[in-house]
Amino acid sequence: MTQKELIPHLFRTEYSKIVAVLCKIFGLSNIQIAEDIVGDTFLLAAETWGLKGVPENQTGWLYTVAKNKTKDYLKRNKLYVQKIEPELIFGSEKEYLLEIDLSEKNITDSQLQMLFAICHPSISPESQIGLALRILCGFGIDEIAEAFLTKKETINKRLFRAKENLRKKNIKIQFPKETELLPRLDNVLRTLYLLFNEGYYSAAPNKTLRKDFCAEAMRLTLMLSNNNATCKPKVNALFSLMCFHASRFEARIDYNGAFILYQDQDKNLWDNGLIQKGTYYLNRSSAGKDLSKYHLEAAIAYWHTQKNEGNDKWENILQLYNYLLQIEYSPVAALNRTYALAKANGTAQAIIEAEKINLKDSHLYHCLLADFYKPNNIEKAAAHLERAYGLAKSAHEKKLIKKRLKGYGKLSVPISE
Amino acid sequence: MKEFMMIFRHEPNNSPQPSPEQMQASIKQWQDWIGGIAAQGKFVSTNRLGFQGKTLKPGNVVTDGPYAEVKEIVGGYIIVKSDAIEDAVELATGCPILQVGGHVEVRDIMEIKK
Repeated sequence: MTQKELIPHLFRTEYSKIVAVLCKIFGLSNIQIAEDIVGDTFLLAAETWGLKGVPENQTGWLYTVAKNKTKDYLKRNKLYVQKIEPELIFGSEKEYLLEIDLSEKNITDSQLQMLFAICHPSISPESQIGLALRILCGFGIDEIAEAFLTKKETINKRLFRAKENLRKKNIKIQFPKETELLPRLDNVLRTLYLLFNEGYYSAAPNKTLRKDFCAEAMRLTLMLSNNNATCKPKVNALFSLMCFHASRFEARIDYNGAFILYQDQDKNLWDNGLIQKGTYYLNRSSAGKDLSKYHLEAAIAYWHTQKNEGNDKWENILQLYNYLLQIEYSPVAALNRTYALAKANGTAQAIIEAEKINLKDSHLYHCLLADFYKPNNIEKAAAHLERAYGLAKSAHEKKLIKKRLKGYGKLSVPISE
Repeated sequence: MKEFMMIFRHEPNNSPQPSPEQMQASIKQWQDWIGGIAAQGKFVSTNRLGFQGKTLKPGNVVTDGPYAEVKEIVGGYIIVKSDAIEDAVELATGCPILQVGGHVEVRDIMEIKK
């Protein structure tokens, strides 16, 4: 790793750890102080290492500097701390002498507690994701903006509001009480699920960034799985789901950063290591009676990793979608269920059911129907593709639909570039 | 959208235990039908009922069995969402109970004002 890459790499891995530990000292309402101290630490690293060379133990260097900066800050602000911010945990003189604990265990504990704090039900889901990306994963504002396809100012404003909220609601960095753990865990899992999807389904062209989002969501989920109090079946189910999805990461994105459909993917690019890992965690998730939507989605994803089309693959996927839709309806699940229905029960039945689904404004719905009609009624298939073309939003999707239409030999309506 | 309950009624059959394959096929029929309703975003909840049952009558008279005096029993129910009872009946047309001589009773659910 060159020096140019080294600091951004360390920033990604260490920033969030130090911030989490310092936040426990300053309180969540003073998160900005913690962020500033760690930011200054990295700035100093960039300056010093460039002049004097990179130290042997870089992490140790960062921890020491961050500790000293924290102690300096507390000393400098003694008066302010005592008079104005009495809620600060470290207020009195002798506590400056206390060790700031940057041990592995304390870092993990702090990050887990921070995860619960950020995913507090009183914070909006959108803000939770933003805060998680910034504070728990150490992504830069410009990176978050790029993934969300929005401006830096928008992300800054969103984070500012979210931090204001943390302050106003006086949310503490601590583990929820045992009685509250399960409902709070549900909230955390939903945010991690969204965080993963943000990377997995993002339309942003930067593939590395999208992969990093997924990797961070997986790291945090694994952290929950490795902790005795939070290692619940649905945590393992979610992690399994993420492994199965991630196993197709390379196969589903082409060199332009555009998505490749499942049936067109090069199966040799699927990551077997991740598939095995996913299977291991899927087995672990079957402990107990709990059957969450993550279990069903993980099982569906498991069947998608099976290269063999036989063995009741699509029948199993269909039944899993039947259950999933009973737990939680979503348009995507409804469309996928109809696809599985066609594979398992035949296209004739799938067409009847597809006509009943009220998703006529979705281009994916019309693409699906075009697929169903293509073998026997090419006119109708082409008509659906034309509607899909009109409804598709991205240029890439429009291009794909047009390519399919050309394949039909039908181009009845003039389609402009 | 309003909520409707479909009640599945059929005569209890005394035929021998179905084979695992028959059971599997029956479960698939039901799940495909319910999944189709759920894919339209019209599913609320469902339950199968077992064969235990007691009936309470005025004067604290308790009789055994859900089918003490009538030939039919209620096998289960599903609650769906739809705009009018006609739509709910339309959803019911695919119900597997119709293929075994049973029938579906569609009822509107009265909202209890709290």
